[in-house]
Amino acid sequence: MLEDIYTELIAEHSRATENRRQLPNATVKERGHNPSCGDDITLEMEISDGVIKDAAFIGQGCAISQASTDMMIELLRGKKVDDAKKLAELFINMIKGNITDDDALEPLDEAAALKNIANMPARVKCATLAWHTFLNAKDLELKP
Amino acid sequence: MKMNGHRMAYLDNSATTQKPESVVRAICGYYGGCNANPHRGVYELSVKATKIYEDTRVKVQKFINAKSPAEIIFTKNATEALNLVAFSYGLHNVNAGDEILITITEHHSNLVTWQMVAKAKGATLNYIYLDADGNLSEKDIAEKLTSRTKILAVTQISNVLGLKNDIKTLAAQAHEVGAVIVADGAQSVPHIPVDVQDLDVDFLAFSAHKMLGPMGVGVLYGREKILENMPPFLSGGDMIEYVEEQDTTFAELPNKFEAGTQNVGGAAGLSAAIDYINSIGFSEIERIEKELTDYAIDELKKIPYVELYGCNSARDNKIGIITFNVKEVHPHDVATILDSEGVAIRAGHHCAQPLMNYLGQNSTCRASFYFYNTIDDVNRLIDAIKKVRTVMHLN
Repeated sequence: MLEDIYTELIAEHSRATENRRQLPNATVKERGHNPSCGDDITLEMEISDGVIKDAAFIGQGCAISQASTDMMIELLRGKKVDDAKKLAELFINMIKGNITDDDALEPLDEAAALKNIANMPARVKCATLAWHTFLNAKDLELKP
Repeated sequence: MKMNGHRMAYLDNSATTQKPESVVRAICGYYGGCNANPHRGVYELSVKATKIYEDTRVKVQKFINAKSPAEIIFTKNATEALNLVAFSYGLHNVNAGDEILITITEHHSNLVTWQMVAKAKGATLNYIYLDADGNLSEKDIAEKLTSRTKILAVTQISNVLGLKNDIKTLAAQAHEVGAVIVADGAQSVPHIPVDVQDLDVDFLAFSAHKMLGPMGVGVLYGREKILENMPPFLSGGDMIEYVEEQDTTFAELPNKFEAGTQNVGGAAGLSAAIDYINSIGFSEIERIEKELTDYAIDELKKIPYVELYGCNSARDNKIGIITFNVKEVHPHDVATILDSEGVAIRAGHHCAQPLMNYLGQNSTCRASFYFYNTIDDVNRLIDAIKKVRTVMHLN
């Protein structure tokens, strides 16, 4: 059970540093926070022509929240905003246990490794923080 | 009780304690055989319910050695008790330019409340910080407790550091400058004998559920003279004397502060909880908790990657709360890994975010004991902590 959560892949993503930075040309900046536990991230994105050109984050939190954020950024970078929104909804549905079929989850790529969080109600909000933060971000459609 | 296939080591007693059978039976017994609205009916069942409720008040009075049952106000919990003081005393006695003094170790319930009063009244909220050992800074107390201070609100035992504050001395110092002292007893009343007359506090708040009792019942002790001059907190039934279309006179203490139907089943549970604590005795409770705490600190200090907070101080100043971090691992991951080993601890900011900032931590792990914990529980904690870094692929 525990080994299904704290996999080497997730440990690596939780400590990865290349996406932890501020973007000089960010067009979107959104903070996400789990007040009860202190996970706190600020997501930055550079969006132009409806495409996420670059994304990065700063913040702190548990391994699950940090790995999930890192994986999300890698997945969404280069995607059209509309497609990215669909992926975020797919991820949240996976964590909620609504979608379990591995083929259906394939578009999530490495982020599908967090599927087992669906069995850990206490950690669901850690896994979904970044994805909710992305969906909550204002001005996603704003043209620079 | 089992958790994830292991016998549970329940080490989150500062959040809430487990309940003895006698407490559960008392609550069932009330609802099964004595349930009626107290103070209202003239029939036998209502009289029984009233007796259970009022007998509990007297039991609480004796438990904390208050002068009179009129000084015991039942609330929902310590938070509501502190809010009662803030709204009913604070808003009416603090004015623009006055100061409220609290400590950096306060739980949000004894902190946000005073922020609210200070903002509403244009008063200043000042903080007592800590010395190197985690105790309240004597220098801050001397400098910040002045004739401008109207309220000193301080926890008797920090829910994060487990360190005991000298409430008796603080009360004397507060009274010397004309301030009232509000003590948060949520973490002290369950663990050490508390005598409000000896401490000479003006207010003391605590919750039943942290001392074997049910959730939904708390106590505010208030000095009778002060309570008498305070306006009601909540309005409604049972707190009135005469109600006319445009005017109301209020009931005597303590009913003035107990609007609406009260939690009699909860009071029955609190009564059984006090009996249980008295049957064990505080000297035994303190002895067991000290043994567990000393052993746990000694063992945790042997683990090089564990950082402890508030454990430098003299041990006799500390009750069974140990706050720590495992280096390079977030507290929530530690708590999840411990959970998989059947060990229940708390991870987070413990409703004390200003203290977390002061300690330079985003969050911490906390293990907290009660007298029913055992050395085996501590060993389980230590063994589980030793697995954390391996699970996180750090070794």
